[in-house]
Amino acid sequence: MIAFIVRRALLAIPTLVFISFISFVIIQLPPGDYVTAYAAQLRQAGEYISETQEALLRQQMGLNDPLLVQYWRWITNIVFRGDFGYSLEWNAPVSALIWDRLGLTLAISSLSLVFTWLIAIPVGVYSATRQYSILDHLFTVFGFLGKGIPDFLLALILMWLSFVYLQIDVGGLLSPQYQNAPWSVDKVLNLLSHLWIPLVVLATGGAAGLIRVMRANMLDELGKPYVETAYAQGLSEARVVWSYPVRVALNPFISTVGWALPALFSGDVITAVVLNLPTTGPLLLQALKMQDMYLAGSFILILSVFTVIGTLLSDILLAWFDPRIRYA
Amino acid sequence: MSEQTIDIATAPRDRKEDLYTARPWQLIWRRFSRHALAVASLWFLAILALCAVFAEQVAPYDPFKVQRLRTLAPPTPIHFFHEGQFVGPFVYGLARERDPETARVIYETDTDTVVPVRFLHAGDEYSFFGLFRTDIHLFGVDDRREQINLLGTDDLGRDVFSRLVHGARVTLSAGLIGVVFAFVLGLTLGSISGYFGGWIDGTIQRLMEFIRSIPTIPLWMGLAAALPIAWDPIFVYVLITLILALIGWTHLARVVRGQFFAIRNEDYVLAARLAGASEYRIITKHMLPSMTSYIIAALTLAVPEMILGETALSFLGLGLRPPVVSWGVLLQDAQNLRSISLAPWLLSPGAAVVLTVLAFNFLGDGLRDAADPYGQ
Repeated sequence: MIAFIVRRALLAIPTLVFISFISFVIIQLPPGDYVTAYAAQLRQAGEYISETQEALLRQQMGLNDPLLVQYWRWITNIVFRGDFGYSLEWNAPVSALIWDRLGLTLAISSLSLVFTWLIAIPVGVYSATRQYSILDHLFTVFGFLGKGIPDFLLALILMWLSFVYLQIDVGGLLSPQYQNAPWSVDKVLNLLSHLWIPLVVLATGGAAGLIRVMRANMLDELGKPYVETAYAQGLSEARVVWSYPVRVALNPFISTVGWALPALFSGDVITAVVLNLPTTGPLLLQALKMQDMYLAGSFILILSVFTVIGTLLSDILLAWFDPRIRYA
Repeated sequence: MSEQTIDIATAPRDRKEDLYTARPWQLIWRRFSRHALAVASLWFLAILALCAVFAEQVAPYDPFKVQRLRTLAPPTPIHFFHEGQFVGPFVYGLARERDPETARVIYETDTDTVVPVRFLHAGDEYSFFGLFRTDIHLFGVDDRREQINLLGTDDLGRDVFSRLVHGARVTLSAGLIGVVFAFVLGLTLGSISGYFGGWIDGTIQRLMEFIRSIPTIPLWMGLAAALPIAWDPIFVYVLITLILALIGWTHLARVVRGQFFAIRNEDYVLAARLAGASEYRIITKHMLPSMTSYIIAALTLAVPEMILGETALSFLGLGLRPPVVSWGVLLQDAQNLRSISLAPWLLSPGAAVVLTVLAFNFLGDGLRDAADPYGQ
């Protein structure tokens, strides 16, 4: 087991190095750089900076150095000093910007993850044990709809419906009057009245797919002889189902738990943009649009590192959970 | 004697025997056609594809025609009976007024004006696939002042239905082209990986793992944001489909590789090898045909992913940009609550996306079930 973990961990290191380089290259791809975008923004506001000023700005920010030099400066600062660089647009350190929004992002994503699992596992088990029942058909329809409706569209529709029928604007996380108010019971209630839409949107989107997976796995397992044996021993249905096949059928959940890690960090970018949530997603979008390269690059780097670590974790979990994988 | 022969010829053929002599594609088709939802989806997609190809003919108006006096007009439903009398398909006129209090434009259905719908009607002029100019549209109305807007108009008075039909062309073709790119990449690398195994397989597997380990949406966004705004929209369109394919191919490659592993040791492959066939020949002539149906099913299931990707990117403003008309671009109009509450019909491109994605999913499911006609 330890050898397995060490081998997997060693394999992850070159991947991480490669990913960090790729994320840096991606943000360098667009023609022009931050100064170009900044000058364009100034022009729109009616101001103007000369070519020499632009060149000077580039010199100051070190944008003229070769790509490898810039990359080396960036990555060594991150690894040795935990310094992700400076967001040129926000005029603030990248880490501060991200930390600022991280709490809320983690809260929303982990809540929606819990909801997803709370919905998907029981429903999947029910659908499999009562195959072709009315509820099973209903859940199947739900699963297909959840797969077909993009998250942002669901968010838009829910927002519109609650505006038309409940007369409330559920965009953002707080109504304007509570934005800067100190925390109180009213403020929490207001937060909850806004929070349900992102939770519903994210949970249904995720659950729809997982229900299908859970159902298919359960159906595979329920037909196996060990289940019959368990019934023959006189165990109750609940006992048989929940103690044996469910444990095996949970494997895909464990192998995707690693993917939940980066998802927790980024939240659902598009949903967050539509619902105007103050999470990290819209920050990333803005950074990409503005070519704010340290911010965008750090985002992609952090997300990728999380994904690699997450995959590693779920591999280890899976090996621990299922001996067949350990010794394969 | 002769009677007996006739008997044999006209006797109802044994169904079982029929099954044994049927060719594989007949079996596949037979199984597929039992999946009612998949068949319906196939019809739906075929009609949609026809509409997309003949967008200029199907759309009653020019998708770029701005009309100042018909902004955000509601859909005009088609009626058949006027005051209890059958008059064929027609729409009622719309009277444009201003709300005396808010000065906002409101539209009132004018049930006195009956505007019959004409088929093969002369409307806005367009170029017929670049060959000649014509003005024939599938349907339209013969009235200078009234219009038929099946899905209303947008804030510039452009007909949403016409834009939706034109958008179908861009969105669907982006999905299909993306899948073709992904298919070429996935098939090549997947078959090499699965056929040779060993260190080649290992390297390709690492590469795929690496690509999959980068979160999709941020990567798409990063790459899409790298495309400069000033580039030619058509070029941006090709690049966007490439970006979508760059990630989509790994899934296809995995399917192909798994299939290769499964049939690599079949007797007929060994026989071909012993007969001295080259590896290229074995792969293309013997192994690939045996998995065509699986590959088609996987391809069909990959299309909706591409469509959703394109829609999401364009919606965020990172993908296609106006004046290109795609469903994602159209949905940009419905981005804020104010415009949706004023004009819910702006969400109709969303409905089109959902229906199309569902249809591709059902079709893919049906094909996957039918892909192995010898199972069971």
